Amino acid sequence: MLLKRLSEAFGPSGCEGEVRNILMEELAPHVKEWRRDALGNLIAVKGSAGGLRVMLAAHMDECGLMISSIDRSGLLRFRKVGGIDDRVLVSKHVIVGSKKISGVIGAKAVHLQKPDERNQIIPLSGLYIDIGAKSKEDAEKLIKIGDYVVFATEYKALSDTVVVGKSFDDRAGCAVLVEVLKDEYALDIYGAFTVQEEIGLRGAGVAAYAIEPDLAIVLEGTTCSDIPPSKEYGYCTTLGQGPAITIMDASVICDRRMIAELVRIAKDHDIPLQFKRSVTGGSDAGKINQTKAGVPVVVISVPCRYIHSPISMLNLTDFHNTIKLVKLFLKSIAEGGFVL
Amino acid sequence: MESKEFLKLMVEQTGVSGFENPVAEVIKKAFATVADDVCTDVLGNVIARKQGEGDERISIMLAAHMDEIGMMITKIEEGGFLKFIAIGGIDQRTLVAQEVKVHGKRDVLGIIGMKPPHLLSPEEVGAAIKMQDMVIDLGLPIEQVKELVTVGDLVTVHRPFIALAGDFVAGKAMDDRAAVAVLLECLQELQKIRHKADVYAVATVQEEVGLRGALVSTYHIAPQIGIAIDVCHGEMPGVPEQDTAPMGKGPNIALGANIHPKLYERLVEVAKEHNIPYTIDPVPGPSGTDAWAMQVTRSGVPTALVSLPLRYMHTSVETLSMADVKSTGRLLAYFIASIDKSFVEGLLCY
Repeated sequence: MLLKRLSEAFGPSGCEGEVRNILMEELAPHVKEWRRDALGNLIAVKGSAGGLRVMLAAHMDECGLMISSIDRSGLLRFRKVGGIDDRVLVSKHVIVGSKKISGVIGAKAVHLQKPDERNQIIPLSGLYIDIGAKSKEDAEKLIKIGDYVVFATEYKALSDTVVVGKSFDDRAGCAVLVEVLKDEYALDIYGAFTVQEEIGLRGAGVAAYAIEPDLAIVLEGTTCSDIPPSKEYGYCTTLGQGPAITIMDASVICDRRMIAELVRIAKDHDIPLQFKRSVTGGSDAGKINQTKAGVPVVVISVPCRYIHSPISMLNLTDFHNTIKLVKLFLKSIAEGGFVL
Repeated sequence: MESKEFLKLMVEQTGVSGFENPVAEVIKKAFATVADDVCTDVLGNVIARKQGEGDERISIMLAAHMDEIGMMITKIEEGGFLKFIAIGGIDQRTLVAQEVKVHGKRDVLGIIGMKPPHLLSPEEVGAAIKMQDMVIDLGLPIEQVKELVTVGDLVTVHRPFIALAGDFVAGKAMDDRAAVAVLLECLQELQKIRHKADVYAVATVQEEVGLRGALVSTYHIAPQIGIAIDVCHGEMPGVPEQDTAPMGKGPNIALGANIHPKLYERLVEVAKEHNIPYTIDPVPGPSGTDAWAMQVTRSGVPTALVSLPLRYMHTSVETLSMADVKSTGRLLAYFIASIDKSFVEGLLCY
């Protein structure tokens, strides 16, 4: 299954190659023209109707870690790639470098702690990866400084509709985009799988500059906090209540006309829809929106619980409804039912 | 069976204190391949007996606990989220963003998640998340949760066995199933060498909640020598070197009030004789292991303690060296081969 392959792929910001290969393989029967740029963005080009140029974007990269030094004892120190909360790192299995070496992030035994220590966060400086190397030289045979690290999380189904895995932010968006690109539209479609979103929306801007889209749709796996002890006003999105439309986040204010059309389509086709109810965080839309003389954008997301942690959760009905909504939106644009 | 394979089978099985049955089944099967008989007592201790040669009836008991720390469901919240408490000494910080198994009507996978960094308020970022504020998310509607889960169900971290570089391995419940693997290693070694003592290898229950399995099994067996095999803290950054033992350098042999001095001396002699590396663990007071309970059973039992260096104790990535498992098993086998009636009688002469 594509979402499983994408979720389990190794691809922190700046190291998206494995994800890129999966995407090209999956889309080979449907995409004739591929573009790649200096940063590693992968752009699928479809149609040459001379019509509207529509950019669809989903980022390939995930949050991860990078090896920064090796202790004499063979333990590995690391830095964070993207926004990871230090608190999710403790007691985890990770995969290091291109040889995919297993490692663990441990913690001092509870027996050796003072009682108040258990209420304090273990700082990054107190964490390291243990790959079982017995010395620095031993470790250097298996890994090198600068190697990327991801969590060793397997994709699993908890029920017919709920699945868990790592990096649904934004492999869920990538999977949506793949499904959307399998259809044909009377539009010039640019399917941009972008790099380096997690470290500052780096890929999307240069991709949009080259594409010069008339409008853009960003596909995301977005935050969802509909769990205790969050209060309902802090949920941001709710799992299972449909695709989430962003009105505004820290990086962008989305195009009102596009939002209105999405709401209309959802209503006409009985697709559940929700608005993202927080304005924190950014997305590729922020960069695309401000490219060249400006691009109208909208963000459509699959709600995902526990993003930026070793394991996230999404609802497959939300996922399929997101695909459906995006496809209908593109058809509506092509049919001229919607004018900017 | 290869001890690494045995250890993998054990740590991927469940056996929270008081509910050791699933892992006990795995252990019984493995012990049956090398023991004369295997039985289970009232509390669930698995006792394998391997008879010695000759007419001198001397007995030695080896104890390693098979129970693990875990959690228990206390409430099903609105939305189907589960509240829980700890069984045994759990560091709440090791539970965040963890996959867990809720052992309900069937094993149900779930997540202990946390709010993404995007939504955290400034006051939420400064401290560890408290266990009382965590929930288990099964991703199921509450009606389905209630069909599968009831208050009192057990929870363990879902952590498949991890093979690290060299001979290091990692996973949950290595404390103290790595020592149960030592028991098997020892029994296998004893098939190759002659020994006079009857050996009782016991996988004990309820150590993590108070050394309870060792207490009753020692009473039942009434051994003349008791040796507990447990884990100690392996060397790691952030912990003073003097509180740890080096990894891969053999068993850590304890001495102190919990240890009969002649047993300690003999263990060290045997290690030297067979070129088995070892380190020394001075234990000034309570050892916090099954040895503590064994020593004061009935009219008293001469007791020793041998430990495997292990990093990250009571996390789900407890790490240790398989070389230490093997060398500890050999040490115990050669120790057992070295004892006879006069040695046992000498233990009572102070």
